[in-house]
Amino acid sequence: MFDLYGYGGALIAGTAGTIKVMILSLIVGLISGIAGAGAKLSGIRILSWLTDSWTIVIRGIPELILVLFVYFGGGAIINQVAALMGFDIYIEINPIVAAVFTLGLVYGAYATDVFRVSILAVAEGELEAARAIGMGRVKVFLRILFPQIWRYALPGLGNLFMILQKDTALVSVIGMNELMRNASAAVANTRKPFTFYITAALIYLGITTITTVILYFMEKRANRGVGMVS
Amino acid sequence: MDIELIKECLPLLVGGTYVTLKLVFVTMIAGLVMAIPLALMRNSKSKLLSIPAFGYIYFFRGTPLLVQLFIIYYGFSQFEAVRNSVFWFFLRDSYWCSVLAFTLNTAAYAAEIIRGAILSVQKGQIEAAISIGMSRFQIYKRIITPQASTIAIPGYSNELVLMMKGTSLASTVALLEITGITRNLIAETFMPVEMFFIAGCIYMILSSIFIGSLSFLERRLTSRLPS
Repeated sequence: MFDLYGYGGALIAGTAGTIKVMILSLIVGLISGIAGAGAKLSGIRILSWLTDSWTIVIRGIPELILVLFVYFGGGAIINQVAALMGFDIYIEINPIVAAVFTLGLVYGAYATDVFRVSILAVAEGELEAARAIGMGRVKVFLRILFPQIWRYALPGLGNLFMILQKDTALVSVIGMNELMRNASAAVANTRKPFTFYITAALIYLGITTITTVILYFMEKRANRGVGMVS
Repeated sequence: MDIELIKECLPLLVGGTYVTLKLVFVTMIAGLVMAIPLALMRNSKSKLLSIPAFGYIYFFRGTPLLVQLFIIYYGFSQFEAVRNSVFWFFLRDSYWCSVLAFTLNTAAYAAEIIRGAILSVQKGQIEAAISIGMSRFQIYKRIITPQASTIAIPGYSNELVLMMKGTSLASTVALLEITGITRNLIAETFMPVEMFFIAGCIYMILSSIFIGSLSFLERRLTSRLPS
């Protein structure tokens, strides 16, 4: 059953593409998530209103629609806006840009709440104490706030990353060379759908398993020393 | 945006919404029916029961829904035996394949939620129930179920919304639910922005209804509890 008819290389290349989308989207997601949390906590009405609607839209609309919208609609919107501003250009969105942008913003939308809750979970007294002994804003962030936010946020961010990993399969519908698309191409040529899709499933399972193990050790490290003094 | 065009497309999209809702309800009920025994198996002390349940949940939570759907819809046709069996009537139909894939998937997620909820019932209460002589069935009926069901609802309502969003994948196996209809309309009209906007609005309305009704249910169930 595990004769891959010479398509093993294509599946490996696809896996590399999938991992690339996962990591780039994670980076976009973490940055937009932190920015969103900052906006929600800033107390500026328009900023928190914007981030709230971002979260609501992402929560309610299927990722597939969002990916298709950005890929097929994004170019049209950019070109129309450019035409309104008097530029005569034609932009076509490349699949990987559409994929990373969409999946990153989906991740970010959920991550804003994870970061927001984690920031609020840090005890106010610790920050006051740090300021009282003369730490500057940067030092307070680096030494007191960040290590604790990281500890509180890690489980939630890890869960979201697992969801993101599985969502990357959707990117195959816009024609990016990733695992699912390469598996489908192999199926089209060999007429062995079960073989290739089960192989793809096992590769995804391998990726999610490795991530689970890495996250376990990261959480353990983030929690070092917690509960030792009581 | 062209109002006339939207008027023409709306009846088609209403038909798509009906298919999506049908998918969601059938999947929800079948998934729940599967998830409860799965959760009990996973919690069981017998390895013969807990290991298969663990493997099932592990596979379905660790792989993308799209792959699962493709294995069921395209994959099984590879085998002569399947094509000649009675199941072929279902497995060649994109609606039943979608229902099967979504059910197997949501059952795995729901089983984990239910398992967590069962485990979160305090041990002392169960010990107390045993000591006054309740049977296992009585303990489940009187002690565990009433508490676990309220605990499970927020997680389960999240899972339902995710599952509803997941049904959009059925469009990849040529089922004409909201996303499938939208993609067809775009191919005809070349208006991706407008069409996806309308589809997005429909999904937003559906998910708000789901979230709203489940939080209503949650409030009803917890209203008698001391806060």
